[in-house]
Amino acid sequence: MKQNKITERLVNGLLKENPTFVLMLGMCPTLAVTTSAINGLGMGLTTMVVLALSNMFISMLRRIIPDKVRIPAFIVIIASFVTVVELLLKAFIPFLYSALGLYIPLIVVNCIILGRAEAYASKNGVVSSLFDGIGMGLGFTCALTIIGAVRELIGAGELFGFAVMPESYVPCSIFVLAPGAFFVLAALTAIQNKVKTAGEKKGRDMSRIQSGCNSDCMNCQDTGCSKRFYDTSSKEDAINQSGNAAKVTAKKEGKNNG
Amino acid sequence: MVKDLLIILISSSLVSNVVLSQFLGLCPFLGVSKKTETAAGMGTAVIFVITLASAVAGVIYKYILQPFDLTYLQTIVFILVIAALVQFVEMFLKKFMKSLYQALGVYLPLITTNCAVLGVALTNVQKNYGILTGIVNGFATAVGFTISIVILAGIREKMEYNDIPDSFKGMPIVLLTAGLMAIAFCGFSGLL
Repeated sequence: MKQNKITERLVNGLLKENPTFVLMLGMCPTLAVTTSAINGLGMGLTTMVVLALSNMFISMLRRIIPDKVRIPAFIVIIASFVTVVELLLKAFIPFLYSALGLYIPLIVVNCIILGRAEAYASKNGVVSSLFDGIGMGLGFTCALTIIGAVRELIGAGELFGFAVMPESYVPCSIFVLAPGAFFVLAALTAIQNKVKTAGEKKGRDMSRIQSGCNSDCMNCQDTGCSKRFYDTSSKEDAINQSGNAAKVTAKKEGKNNG
Repeated sequence: MVKDLLIILISSSLVSNVVLSQFLGLCPFLGVSKKTETAAGMGTAVIFVITLASAVAGVIYKYILQPFDLTYLQTIVFILVIAALVQFVEMFLKKFMKSLYQALGVYLPLITTNCAVLGVALTNVQKNYGILTGIVNGFATAVGFTISIVILAGIREKMEYNDIPDSFKGMPIVLLTAGLMAIAFCGFSGLL
């Protein structure tokens, strides 16, 4: 039984709710560090460590943390682990530290981590929270490595730093530059849209797939960082202006209240 | 001194644009750019908060963290300070500056999680900027954010009437637009 739950969590993170390809969370680091496969791998693994540890810790403390201050408490826990990991990288893997630079401390504001803390770790046991973190982290790592590999292959003709393209290949270096990240992500979301519409035509439930932060992260209700610091229900005006997804939230809340 | 500040002003706002070349603050950039007015409102609020946050973070770093050798705590301290600051600014505006609150208030809660705010505070520290330089850098970064979000909103307003392939409707076409904008912003790199 327990074994099943662990594998279920890992598969869930890797495939069913893959944070990048399905939920589209944490896009800032995804775009910024995937200039090469090795950077993507490094960033993914770093995030995975933080995610697993913070998930485990938050799950352990879930009965102690008062509900009202849970978000600041989660953030402090996450920020502590990020600092630990940052210092470890600085000491032991300096090349990765300098390659990822600013984006290591910015793991703190990565939607995936707070999203998982809020959606899973604060409600479930320690072991399954740990494996949820590992599963989600693995999913994120795979996604970043794949995106990084594609960009590196097209943009530099290399894979993990080894030349793989024939010599006649002229690298299209725009793909390792900033615009390339947007193009790769645009292609990715287009594919995702296609899969989603195809699935819906066959009558499958595709509501899990979220095409990007259609509104903004704050308001992606189920997965994202909704109500991070504030109770957004009093801010309905703001939300109604900024997108439809929030309207759904408001409706849901109305239903819950009724 | 003035020349240095001017260079920072141009490089942070145009050459290494916060959204289009550093990918910070991507969520509001994609999320709140449907109308030019909302985009401009969001941009103004971001300018306000980032300038203030880089000032506060700079002061805290220089007068509290550095003298006590606590610089390794910067990430934790900055994120908490920013969250508290945004909350405080919102309360202050609500009480004392009603008109400004009506203009900016709705965007303020959306900013806490904007990674650009934390990003600027950390960049200021990493590049060893002084407090004044840090404030100028923060202001310039936020201006860069505002410029790009308003341009994107303008393009998106026009795009509503275009015929777009089905699978590119919604986010993909916006991302393509952002990519083209990023190419255009690459042109600024010859400026310095």
